[in-house]
Amino acid sequence: MSEKVNFKYKDFLIENVLKLKSDKPEKEVVAQLNLIQRKTIDKPVITVSINSSSIISGVQKLKTDIEEYLVDRNIDAEIIPVGSLGLSSLEPVISIQLPGKTRLFYKKVLPENVISILDGSFNNFIQEENILGQLKNDIQDAWEQVPFLDELAYFQNQQRLILKNCGFINPESIEEYIASGGYKSFYKVISKNTPEEVCDIIEKSMLRGRGGEGYLTGKKWKIAYKTPSDQKYLICNAGESDPGAFMERLLIESDPHKVVEGIAISAYAIGVKKAYIYIESEYDLAIERVKNAIAQAKEFGLLGHDILESGYNLEIIIKKGAGAYVCGEETALISSLEGKRGKPHSKPPYPATKGLYNQPTVVNNIETLVNVPIIIEKGIEWYKSVGTKDSKGTKVFSISGKVEYTGLVEIEMGTKLRDVIFRVAGGIKNGKRFKAVHIGGPSGGSLTEKHLDTLIDYESIMLTGVSLGSSGMVVLDEDNCIIDMVKYFMNFMQKESCGICIPCREGTRRMHEILENISKRPKDENGHTTLQRFKGVMQLESLAEVLKDTSMCGLGKKASNPVLSTLKWFRDEYEEHIFERNCEAGVCQELRTFEIDVDVCNGCTLCAKKCPTGAIFGTVKNVHFIVQDKCIGCGICFETCKFSAIISK
Amino acid sequence: MLIDIEVNNKKIQAKKGETILETLNRNGIKVPTLCRMDGFTPTGACRMCVVEAEGKSGLIPSCSYQIEEPIKIRTHSPRVIQARKMLVELLLSNHPDDCLYCASNGNCQLQDLAVELNIRERRISGEKTKASLDQSSPGIVRDPAKCILCGRCVRVCEEVMNVFTFDFYKRGNKTAIATSMNKDLNFSNCINCGQCLLVCPTGALYEKTNLDIVQQMLNNTDVTVIAQYSPSISVSIADELGLRSGKDINGVLNAVLRRIGFNKVFDTSFAADVAIFEQSAELADRIKNDENLPMMSSCCPGWIKYMEQSHPDMIDHISTTKSPQQILGTLIKSYFAQREDISPEKIFSISIMPCTAKKFEAQREEMTHKGISDIDVVLTTRELLKLIKLYGVDAQSLDEEMPDIPFNTRSSAGKMVSVTGGVAEGVARTLNYHLTGKELPNIKITKLRGFKDRKEVSVKIGKQEIGIAVVSGLKSANKLIAEIREGKSDIHFIEIMACPGGCINGGGQAFNNDEKTLKARSKTIYDLDDKEAINVAHKNSNLISLYNEFLGEQLSEKCIKLLHTKYSKRDVLL
Amino acid sequence: MPDLDEILEKYPFVQRDNLIPVLQDIQDEFGYLSEEAIVKVGKYLNLPTVKIYGLATFYHHFRFIAKGKYHIKICNGTSCHVNSNILIINELEKKLGIKDEEITKDGLFSLEETTCMAACGEGPVMAVNDKYFTNLTIEKVAEIIDSYKSMEE
Repeated sequence: MSEKVNFKYKDFLIENVLKLKSDKPEKEVVAQLNLIQRKTIDKPVITVSINSSSIISGVQKLKTDIEEYLVDRNIDAEIIPVGSLGLSSLEPVISIQLPGKTRLFYKKVLPENVISILDGSFNNFIQEENILGQLKNDIQDAWEQVPFLDELAYFQNQQRLILKNCGFINPESIEEYIASGGYKSFYKVISKNTPEEVCDIIEKSMLRGRGGEGYLTGKKWKIAYKTPSDQKYLICNAGESDPGAFMERLLIESDPHKVVEGIAISAYAIGVKKAYIYIESEYDLAIERVKNAIAQAKEFGLLGHDILESGYNLEIIIKKGAGAYVCGEETALISSLEGKRGKPHSKPPYPATKGLYNQPTVVNNIETLVNVPIIIEKGIEWYKSVGTKDSKGTKVFSISGKVEYTGLVEIEMGTKLRDVIFRVAGGIKNGKRFKAVHIGGPSGGSLTEKHLDTLIDYESIMLTGVSLGSSGMVVLDEDNCIIDMVKYFMNFMQKESCGICIPCREGTRRMHEILENISKRPKDENGHTTLQRFKGVMQLESLAEVLKDTSMCGLGKKASNPVLSTLKWFRDEYEEHIFERNCEAGVCQELRTFEIDVDVCNGCTLCAKKCPTGAIFGTVKNVHFIVQDKCIGCGICFETCKFSAIISK
Repeated sequence: MLIDIEVNNKKIQAKKGETILETLNRNGIKVPTLCRMDGFTPTGACRMCVVEAEGKSGLIPSCSYQIEEPIKIRTHSPRVIQARKMLVELLLSNHPDDCLYCASNGNCQLQDLAVELNIRERRISGEKTKASLDQSSPGIVRDPAKCILCGRCVRVCEEVMNVFTFDFYKRGNKTAIATSMNKDLNFSNCINCGQCLLVCPTGALYEKTNLDIVQQMLNNTDVTVIAQYSPSISVSIADELGLRSGKDINGVLNAVLRRIGFNKVFDTSFAADVAIFEQSAELADRIKNDENLPMMSSCCPGWIKYMEQSHPDMIDHISTTKSPQQILGTLIKSYFAQREDISPEKIFSISIMPCTAKKFEAQREEMTHKGISDIDVVLTTRELLKLIKLYGVDAQSLDEEMPDIPFNTRSSAGKMVSVTGGVAEGVARTLNYHLTGKELPNIKITKLRGFKDRKEVSVKIGKQEIGIAVVSGLKSANKLIAEIREGKSDIHFIEIMACPGGCINGGGQAFNNDEKTLKARSKTIYDLDDKEAINVAHKNSNLISLYNEFLGEQLSEKCIKLLHTKYSKRDVLL
Repeated sequence: MPDLDEILEKYPFVQRDNLIPVLQDIQDEFGYLSEEAIVKVGKYLNLPTVKIYGLATFYHHFRFIAKGKYHIKICNGTSCHVNSNILIINELEKKLGIKDEEITKDGLFSLEETTCMAACGEGPVMAVNDKYFTNLTIEKVAEIIDSYKSMEE
């Protein structure tokens, strides 16, 4: 990407697309645009989805294979990188388009099957097991007996506004982005609207912050806009940090220009000349692509000094995060940008009046910002027609866990949880039973089967005690243990707390210990651990409440959400662990009980020697047995037995 | 502007922009705090001060929440008390159970809170953070196991002292306070000033105690055990002994020390006069030769270490005169030993100082000759109080006594060194004598008095304008040094004390060191200057005979050998 | 390998907000932050080293010991967790005798737990240097480690 790109269509795109007055472009312009967008092509085009997921699935090797294939067979075709369709579990995805035909998408393309897929495509024969679908194209011939992508359940049940371009366009090409309508909203705004008007539009659209409490974005902007200061800042928070979410990463990788445009419009509205994108340093590809996007936008005069003769100046700076979940909290993020430990501050004062370097600062989540160009493009009324009464627009999730398709999904606010899991994501893998869905990562909560008809919007989700905080959605099946899940989050939180305020630092630690204690058998029936176990259980709820009540920042306040929500909806499972000392899913290893299979045991005595509590009795060459009262369930015998004579229950 | 707010169903008035806590305190409502310190911007970290506010979903920290509009608050509702209790219980769940053996037993804010909130059982328990005791420093012991991470030490060290020894380290349940690269304190840039242990709410920071060896020596009839006490001590322990706060109990103190069993008792003020005398002679020389100006005072060992590590290129500016403690230590083991015909090895010389850095100073290499230390042990004021209790001495019943011969006279200038500005004032008076042979017409230099962190004055001595600056708290010292580096040249002498306010607020003082107490201490000292007849070091009669009998002229070869020292660059992580 | 000065020269302005980027660049180059580097950065940015150390220990990307010849990153994201990655982590720890953020005595392997790597459909996932391994099982992990070990023999 580092080589200097020659922008063939730069002037054409600026004059005939961005600055176009009428809604209907000339015929020649349309033809040109079709060419840039590859709706019409004169030689075969192969797109390869290059993103974090596909890289792990080996796409880089695949790309070289394709290149070699073309060279070997002397085929003149273009290879174009694209982002992610959202179907991470089907990566690597490639598309092949022949002149005159629609674009065909293939899934799970691997070095072992790529040659036959390519062979087939170039010879009008479709390898069925890898076919994903074809992209509708009104000017080209469709393939027979190949489903259209938008007819697939995965796409059909989504409403893709934010992800519209993802996986289809080349994320490294500003020309393609502009040809598909990009930066038009930005140009419209800076040439026609005052900043205050833009704030108004966003406020009236009822766009709510996607990151946290769902505060009205336009309202927040106005506070910052109206606070007098020479220097104001906009920070685009793309530091996911939720250990199970990857939405922001894939979004930037797939459509970085949309992010840049979102930031640019918002910055204009707030009166910001310097905007930051805060992004995890591990997101190499995302950083590379957004860096490229910024450079290209500058080249096109869309960033920098006197943007498209509007008199408006804007600089976007990339700041790499160094790994801290708490930096998702806006005041901690600001500390981090100032070159300090990511320590949150008490609010008020809110960043909108006193933020980065004590100046008015708006911190917006990336998903919030990419909504902005859409609202400008489609208008307030249209945007308000999407979603529910109080939650407008769409919501993007990164869905993972035990579902058929893991990846990104974008659904209209008000969609049922059930539809997301069972229609879009294809339901539970391997025919297992649905158990729970966890929304919002370590600050979120888990919902049960009876919540599947809950609508996904701020209010309905809030009613279940869970907040629509992050974009992570993890689905659990019958093989997962809720206690284990909560323990995982609590462990994460005790490590990620900034360590400053007492409730969060000490509270998460104790709550994690309590969960540890109930997911293992007490070491000694009369001993300290039994007492600890019961004392802990009694405290779990009140600890969680105090944490919520007294913590300094959102991280601490929400750290107990997984506990509180599961105590509410999965109380049975807690009781099963506490009273029956049983983990139905078999995940809590230290609750297991062991027995010796009398038919298999040959009396080698190894298990008895290794048992740390002396719970195994038996003599040489005779069958051994386990005294359950003494057993602590450590499983050492199970691992030691060479004859599989120990049975775990 | 006043705002009507409601607290516990009662209407009170708050000033707009003031914090809830300030309003509450003005109205006599107490709310517990742990991380808050007077004069520092609140961080809202410990959450102890939370209150319930109508319309807010969570509890809000009263220390940092500014009142901008009418608000209804409940400061001691069941919900609030339950939360505070839980917070303390959480802290206790990660705190050692050894209050009885703790250095801060009886002087611990965590203990107080546990009592206040009626915590009588350990409801929350779990694994405790493992941390090892750091006893490496000669002055300060750090017990991270008792640290509750309030961050006060970090802030004092950073915001007042500008030394930056501590910071928060790691995060989450592994959060701790650490020195740079997690080194032991004696390898760090700590200057041993002890301001951190004055603000530590628990027993995580305390002085390294030397009481045991002192007791041992007191029982050893073979050894002459000698005590000297800093000029500031006599004005800073009255209240601890049941007498009026700030009262000068110099005479009683002599009696007390003799009751404890010290064979000889000396007042370091005498040596302070010697230090002033030598230092001003040195300054007079430097002014005549125009070299190494401005000269910097050398009484404060914290400051000396700071210069050696942070500004080694400027150590020639520091006066080479030893500190009063070390001067008296040297004189005891030379002049006094000779006079009394005691072998220096048979003398055990202890010094009672309001300072933890003095412990460091006493064991500096330069302060030992042929294996004999000038000072054997340094005790802090706090340790002295323990010693008094231990030996059951009732100060109130004792009559005043004089210090021992041959160091039993002092000028009021020697006493004044315990307050910021005191050394400078004393030096100015004697400098005038060295340069002109006359007395300063107006010896009271009021511009050098008071608790401002930086004071500057120009004094006319002979025909010359002599610039004198006084700073206390190393933050202002640092600023002044920066100015000098940038070319500020109107200053001839700088008095620097590491602790804000000088030795009366030293890191070794008793813990009640609020502003009112400090003012009382300072006033007592300046009152002595008004009352007493001998106000200049060079008129101290014992000093005059010391020079006549033993040392010769000021800055004589013998003086240089015994009363002066040298400094060298120190490599520590800054 | 460029020396520290070259990295520092890229930041002509002595500003605190350059601290994290400077440290990131140093770590990218040297693999970890040495005491020498911290002292040098402190002098350059006019910051006490304790502040740099305090900051660097806060963020988990910064390390203070070198990486092993084979740096293993194991995903501990939520999805990998629900796909029982704990078994894989245990196996790695057992096989290598080290835990998270540690390095083997021979300097060959170092271990790091990371958050989601965005390959949730293929979990558990790990990476050895730049090579990814997906759908891990205990047996597969043992094989992978053994193959690296045998390469060294």
